[in-house]
Amino acid sequence: MTLLDFARGPALYAATLIMVCGLVWRLTGVALLPFRRDLAASGPNAKGRVSGALWQVVSRSFPRRSFLGRTMVTVTIGYAMHIGLAVILLGGAPHILLVTQATGLDWPALPKGIVAIASGVTLVSLLLVILRRLTHPVLRLLSNVDDYLSILLTLIPVLTGILLAEETLLPYETLLTWHILSVEALMIWLPFGKLAHVVFVFAGRAALGARQARKGALQ
Amino acid sequence: MSQKDTLGQELSRRGISRRALLKFAAAAATSLALPPSFAPAIAEELSKARRQSLIWLSFQDCTGCLEALTRSEAPGIERLIFDFVSLDYQETLMAAAGTAAEDVLKAVAQENRGNYLLAVDGSVPVADNGVYSMIGGRSPMAILSELAEGAAAVLAIGTCAAYGGIPKAAPNPTGAAGIGALVGGKPVVNIPGCPPIPEVLTGVLVNFLTFGKLPDLDAQGRPLAYFGTTIHDQCYRRPYYDQGKFAKSFDDAGARQGWCLFELGCKGPTTHNACASLKWNGGTSFPIQSGHGCLGCSEPDFWDKGSFYTSLSGGEGPPWGAVAGAAAGGVAIGGAAAFAARRARASVERQLAQEWKAQEDEA
Ligand code: SF4
Ligand code: SF4
Repeated sequence: MTLLDFARGPALYAATLIMVCGLVWRLTGVALLPFRRDLAASGPNAKGRVSGALWQVVSRSFPRRSFLGRTMVTVTIGYAMHIGLAVILLGGAPHILLVTQATGLDWPALPKGIVAIASGVTLVSLLLVILRRLTHPVLRLLSNVDDYLSILLTLIPVLTGILLAEETLLPYETLLTWHILSVEALMIWLPFGKLAHVVFVFAGRAALGARQARKGALQ
Repeated sequence: MSQKDTLGQELSRRGISRRALLKFAAAAATSLALPPSFAPAIAEELSKARRQSLIWLSFQDCTGCLEALTRSEAPGIERLIFDFVSLDYQETLMAAAGTAAEDVLKAVAQENRGNYLLAVDGSVPVADNGVYSMIGGRSPMAILSELAEGAAAVLAIGTCAAYGGIPKAAPNPTGAAGIGALVGGKPVVNIPGCPPIPEVLTGVLVNFLTFGKLPDLDAQGRPLAYFGTTIHDQCYRRPYYDQGKFAKSFDDAGARQGWCLFELGCKGPTTHNACASLKWNGGTSFPIQSGHGCLGCSEPDFWDKGSFYTSLSGGEGPPWGAVAGAAAGGVAIGGAAAFAARRARASVERQLAQEWKAQEDEA
């Protein structure tokens, strides 16, 4: 069995199983945690829990105006990276093919050039993110292994993917192998570190929004 | 044609002009990735070359390689080079059989010791002392070691001889192995393919007749000049690949317009061979041109690399039962963690309640 066969076979299965198990584990773990009973009386501005949850999910996606000056760069880089990733994942022909072969779902791919631009933007954003973390005096002290590992594990698949799509530097087979293996590393780490925000980010906002709405603390 | 004849004499006997030989030499130089200035020297050396003794052994094979090589319609000098080589022993082609054939083999090997080329098609069974393919009561391994010993160089012809091929496919009951893995101390060239391209064998022979040595090889022991690039690198459908235009089935509109066959399982991107440039049947066509993806036949273990119709980027999908199991496992672990957290919280609260009560009582 070559490394490529390993990457496409047993490693892919194992990574998928670990990711699914880990994500479900963490979600159930948090969902079943003992909530402190909310003893506060609802405030004068109390709103419905559901609308509060939805409101929070949406409104937190935009930067607050009062902090805009300070957060603009971070927000822009963050958006560029996330949109770029979405374009690559949902628009790249080989990625769609993978989903189609596994599930039967199919949708049209974006032209290779657009995916290439998105990949470039994502890669640069990720590099800037690392650079900022390393140089910002406060952020640097707040960062731990999880932060760097999570960024690196996202960056490597993007990098190997770009090289693979352009077929430069190394033979196609080698690049394909490392691209798949690096994605599998990402899948395995995903539920356990900060990358778990893929499932927690909206769940967390919704829970918070529901509480704040009842207390009338949402604005 | 006697052993002393040169190729030049043979060519003029057949009425082939020097000009034609030069043209062939130029083509040979190009296909061997040599500069065109080498052509006159190649022509010169070739016309001086004497008949080269070639011993051909067949082990676990289907004779497809020999069929492809001997039936190649290559006209003119390519064909002649193959004819010019003195094929002294080849079980399928020779008239002699049984002990008479064995005697020929012995005599030829003796007479040309150190000079003959040893060509092999088919893999060697090494399990159970080679009982799966005994010839004249001897195991393939014994015959191979003995004849490789006296050879100038060894040509592993076809994927079975080069890497074990189809006989080596899992679970490989005969312990099939390629020649390169078994022969030590001799130059071995792999000419894989299922079957190999006839012109590649001719090219290797021209190289040997001209320079007295095997051509430069890649990491898999194949002549770099022919196996240095992938099918995908030279494929005429490549522009469609780059534009993301893929045939989704063998008879959809895309397939009819000649779009890329990647999604239908083409292994061109990971296959090193010259099909896309040399083509088959005298340059008529090659598999991708006729509408089917490359199977990757010139790569080691091509038979065990998943379905021919699964794309390189895809897979058959995860086992959904196992995924559901993993999710259930996640619920169980998460539930257990939450349960433990609840108990811990409850015990803390009990303790706090007791302490408060004690304080109240004191007061
Ligand atoms: S048909 Fe195969 S070799 Fe040709 S471009 Fe498509 S993937 Fe590459
Ligand atoms: S196109 Fe591929 S499978 Fe077909 S003969 Fe050539 S290398 Fe082998």
